[in-house]
Amino acid sequence: MTMWLIRRFLQAGFVILAMTVIVFIGVSVIGDPMEMLVAPDATQKERLEVAAALGLDRPLWQQYFTFLSGLAQGDFGRSFIYGEPALQVILTRLPATLELAFTAIGMSVLVGVPLGLYAGLYPDAKTSKAIMAGSIIGFSLPTFWVGLMLIVIFAVELGWLPASGRGDTVSVLGLQWSFLTLDGWSHLLLPALNLALFKVSLILRLVRAGVREVMPEDYVKFARAKGLTEGRVIFVHVLKNLMIPVVTIIGLEFGSVIAFSVVTETIFSWPGMGKLIIESINLLDRPVIVAYLMIIVLLFVVINLIVDLLYTVLDPRVRIRTGA
Amino acid sequence: MSEAVLSVRNLRTEYPTHAGTVIAVRDVSFDIAKGEVLGLVGESGSGKTVTGFSIMGLLETPGRIAQGEILFHGKNLADLPPKEMRSLRGNRIAMIFQDPMMTLNPVLRIDTQIIETILAHEKMSRRAAWEKARDALGEVGIPEPEARLSAYPHQFSGGMRQRVAIAIALLHKPELLIADEPTTALDVTIQAQILSIVQRLVAQYGTSLIWITHDLSIVSQIADRIAVMYAGRFVELGAAGQVIATPHHPYTSGLIGSIPSANARGQPLAQIRGTTPSVLNLPTGCPFRTRCDHADEACLQEPPMAPDPAHPSHQFRCHHPLALGVAQELEPS
Repeated sequence: MTMWLIRRFLQAGFVILAMTVIVFIGVSVIGDPMEMLVAPDATQKERLEVAAALGLDRPLWQQYFTFLSGLAQGDFGRSFIYGEPALQVILTRLPATLELAFTAIGMSVLVGVPLGLYAGLYPDAKTSKAIMAGSIIGFSLPTFWVGLMLIVIFAVELGWLPASGRGDTVSVLGLQWSFLTLDGWSHLLLPALNLALFKVSLILRLVRAGVREVMPEDYVKFARAKGLTEGRVIFVHVLKNLMIPVVTIIGLEFGSVIAFSVVTETIFSWPGMGKLIIESINLLDRPVIVAYLMIIVLLFVVINLIVDLLYTVLDPRVRIRTGA
Repeated sequence: MSEAVLSVRNLRTEYPTHAGTVIAVRDVSFDIAKGEVLGLVGESGSGKTVTGFSIMGLLETPGRIAQGEILFHGKNLADLPPKEMRSLRGNRIAMIFQDPMMTLNPVLRIDTQIIETILAHEKMSRRAAWEKARDALGEVGIPEPEARLSAYPHQFSGGMRQRVAIAIALLHKPELLIADEPTTALDVTIQAQILSIVQRLVAQYGTSLIWITHDLSIVSQIADRIAVMYAGRFVELGAAGQVIATPHHPYTSGLIGSIPSANARGQPLAQIRGTTPSVLNLPTGCPFRTRCDHADEACLQEPPMAPDPAHPSHQFRCHHPLALGVAQELEPS
């Protein structure tokens, strides 16, 4: 187990190192940040001064190693735009994205699992067919359109919920959180719903498929033959067996919500990391882009690790072997 | 024999499908007395497992009992409310299955799976339930039951898992145990062990046993009576010794003839010609007639279950019974 963890951390280290190279080169070939940073009427001398101050006058490999040695000390460089450490710029946006992601994933599990169970247990019921048809819609409608429709219906027409921003926030541990206030929740609801719609469809389909697969198994029949209540058979014997694919998908989706909720954050003007990365790409704020991508890589590595550990909790047959 | 624990009357179990209604069990009637062992023999698809599931009330949809009664101490299980049926299952009527690798839930610990069965039918503390679970494992000969309780099914061998399943089925000393080919998936040496454990415990608890199998040689060792099933029907039912010694139905005789024996070394095995017909497309009349050497026009009409005049408890379903009135001197074992 310990060996396995050490190996996993080493692997993660290599993944991250490889990513630094790809990201650094990738970012360096797109556009020239000088164009954005220096006034068009600046003199050549001013230009050179700015380039020297940002380290852009040196060859790429030198810039890379400067970046790497900074990284080793936890320094991702300073944002060209904000003049603050890139990491700090991102981290101040993190709570907004995190609470959006947690709410969206929470919604999709709370809705998706029961609907999937129902559709799996009663595949011929009209309700189940409606659920499955609905999930196709959930899959295929583009996020931006659904987001706009949500705004049109709930914010503009009905006026029930606000269309943009985070609302009131409360400061905890020096970070701003809106899920602690009622107003914050009202702001959170629509974007979270927007993000959750696709995931509800995904999870309910997975759960349904799992139920259909597990129900005919002998151990389900045996559980019934033991005289257990139907509730215990389904919520303990069946549900626990189909959680592995569901947990995998939840893990991956959680990562992708944090990393790529760009569209939703843009539509709802949600001041999270997704909105930040789009702005940074537009303004060619290289340190922020690089730092952001590094954080995302780290995030996926951590999520995968957690999912692997959860497997061993869910299925005792999954053993973590040092050699694996 | 004392009063019947279970008495099945004209049971008919159907599965409506797109291709038509499959009658998996047709006109099956039998009694089983307290402590009696009934061997239910037949090929795959002959309806023996469905008979077991019909009694348990565990037919898979769309299967349903279309006709007949399943009287358990006079109470008809076929129209018992689900809640009452549940309180009987695993308590007074229990079942063990064929494949021990599949009957235990792979993601739950053994103690969870035993204790939940105890608590489903009895009010007791978790501690007391745990002790009962430990003793139950000891009863079926699992070494170090305390330690094994916290193991998962994959840490057990097939034989050990079947012992666990038996321990679970017998937790409440049921009055009826339905064993659906519990030794088929096991090595021969393990088979014998499992057989003797079940035999010992049912004798100890006075449990009636229905042993479902396709293996006549096992049934002849343990059963008091044997029922032979073919295409959803009982074709022969009688005391084990009589059925084995003087089978009246050509199918039973064929089954007995196809058991390899040391006396017939070097000779080709006897076979029943043809294959089991599809339940969707059975021949009219006697379903065995297309494979039977004795078939004639009379067999176009399905024969009723008829008693052997000499031994009325020995019944068969054939127009041309074999060996009737022969070997009467043979006493039932």
